[in-house]
Amino acid sequence: MKNQNLNLEVHHITRVEGHGNIYVNVHEGTIEKCEWAIPEAPRFFEAMVVGRQYSELHHITSRICGICSIGHTLASLKATEAAMGVQISEQDLKLRKLALHGENLQSHILHLGFLVLPDLLGVGSVIPLTASNPKEVKTVLRLHRLANEMSNLLCGRTTHPQRLVPGGFSKIPSIKELTSVRQKLKEAVPDVQAVAGLIKSLAGKLPDFKRETEFIALTSPDEYALYDGKLGSTDTGAVPVNEYLSYTNEYIVPNSTAKRAKHARESYMVGALARLNLNYDKLSPMAKQTAEMFDLKPICYNPFMNSIAQLVEIVHSVEDTVRLIDELEASGLKSQPEYNVPKIKVKAGRGVGAVEVPRGVLFHDYTYNANGYCTKANCIIPTNQNHANIELDLQALLPKILNKPEKEIELNLEMLVRAYDPCISCSTHAIKVHFV
Amino acid sequence: MKPKVAFFDFAGCEGDQLQIANLEEDVLALLDQVEVVSFREVMKEHSDNYDIAFVEGSCTRLQDEDRLRQIRKNAKIVVAIGSCAAIGGINSLKNYKELDDVKKTVYGDSARLFDTYAARPIDAVIPVDAYVYGCPMTKEEFLSVVKSLLLGKRPDIPTYPVCVECKKNENVCAFERGQFCVGPVTRAGCDSCCVNEGTICWGCRGLIDNPNENSEKEVLIKYGLTVDDAISKFNLYYGWQERRK
Repeated sequence: MKNQNLNLEVHHITRVEGHGNIYVNVHEGTIEKCEWAIPEAPRFFEAMVVGRQYSELHHITSRICGICSIGHTLASLKATEAAMGVQISEQDLKLRKLALHGENLQSHILHLGFLVLPDLLGVGSVIPLTASNPKEVKTVLRLHRLANEMSNLLCGRTTHPQRLVPGGFSKIPSIKELTSVRQKLKEAVPDVQAVAGLIKSLAGKLPDFKRETEFIALTSPDEYALYDGKLGSTDTGAVPVNEYLSYTNEYIVPNSTAKRAKHARESYMVGALARLNLNYDKLSPMAKQTAEMFDLKPICYNPFMNSIAQLVEIVHSVEDTVRLIDELEASGLKSQPEYNVPKIKVKAGRGVGAVEVPRGVLFHDYTYNANGYCTKANCIIPTNQNHANIELDLQALLPKILNKPEKEIELNLEMLVRAYDPCISCSTHAIKVHFV
Repeated sequence: MKPKVAFFDFAGCEGDQLQIANLEEDVLALLDQVEVVSFREVMKEHSDNYDIAFVEGSCTRLQDEDRLRQIRKNAKIVVAIGSCAAIGGINSLKNYKELDDVKKTVYGDSARLFDTYAARPIDAVIPVDAYVYGCPMTKEEFLSVVKSLLLGKRPDIPTYPVCVECKKNENVCAFERGQFCVGPVTRAGCDSCCVNEGTICWGCRGLIDNPNENSEKEVLIKYGLTVDDAISKFNLYYGWQERRK
């Protein structure tokens, strides 16, 4: 028996970063409304940075998001460095890749362990799990702490990094500190496997749903692209990141939520699943084994599998971190002056920086005048690119679950949104919602 | 009975609430002492019955004021966590520009759809009982403030500038190495964390209680900054505090 009439309003959906609402209206069996709306207060970063000096931009835009502040800092630095024509050293490049791994690990573990796991275990939050599943919670906490330790070592802080500066680093870790983290990561492999095993035992709870869509992510012939690459699509080819505007095509929906993006279709998806769909072959060996455990291979059209793709990336980040530290050890870590301020020849110009952050590809685009002051800025955040895809997924999922009890419909819709790990506080372009 | 606590967020990056997760194993110890009844970021359940409200983020639009007043009404103690809630923080950068221009820069022709006003700390809207400064707040200071509140004590927050801690840490002064810093007028309590990492004090904890701002600006200019650049150092985090004078 299908629900003939249903009026569902999930205000400020929980266990996501930022504020989002789901509105559903079913009248006599017909779906009249199924919307995803963003009431988050806009913060106007792109206007705030105008007039600020190049040495401050990364510090300011890091504050767009506490969860992916390392990614915002790196995208910002890349944009500034591209505008000024600065090349960072091979060593700094590796250290920055490590910083990105640290953040991806931290964010993915937080999402899987604290935000997704409660749905799979049928509770409202991780808090009751501290009593019912203390062993599992402690494993997640241990991994989270280790990821933060890594970010702390590379960035001088876990949130809003300090050591990352235009042209390189103000301070770098010692090789002893790096090899000590490598050792801890190797020792943490059983913890990662335990989490994978736990998720595997619960994977049946992930709805079997698919909707064909386009996936967009950085892609590179050399590695599983996170810090660098061209902008790739599962529908079309890859282009240099400078041409990102031809992919993101932001638009505004009247009476709807945030600025949205579309490329070859009505919507596209970014994030771990998009990266895996585009770059599966470049995953580390153990990461591929983890994907195989879940029968996850490209192209996977089930958005609920984004959480599993995050798990696969956790494994990849652990293995790739070990590889990068091996390389740094082999080449010998070059020291640098204390309070290092890399020399930058200020010039006028525009630069685009793109980085894969936990929730997908992130763009910062700055124009500077001859004195190094920002005259124009544009930041396009992963979650905004996903909004249209989230709504189309909700609209495709709803008819398939209409015969379920209302509570279950609500849970399934919420789980779908959560699978995207949306980071709405990031949404510099959020638009106020008007409902009539 | 354990005190009931709730977490709320306004305009901000949620980086302060993230520090709760970053307490790692200490979260479990904290949960022994308090009952969390609302925390949208991590739990589905919600209750309006709480003793302590922790609020992150600035107030940046009129429509959010009612939500803040409701929180004040429900809570016995309201704590502002992080720079945005405690002093207005980085959001106040926009206060130095024409708001119409700000809206147009970001949203173009759709600017009229927006409702925004000068970003402000939450004590510009409701009375606040305690502050955890910093961008982000440190988990250590958060725990220390929570402990004080649970014991019924006033939290011990430094009134002296960052320079005191920076000297103790034996850092080379930013001015001596050709950089510019607002440590001399910024509230300590961070253990000069940014300078320790090779950079400068950006001012995220806000002005000390009796800052000598003119003298700091003179120092910045003496060491080579233009007047505009010296003022701009003050704009980064002190936007609301400067305006209030």
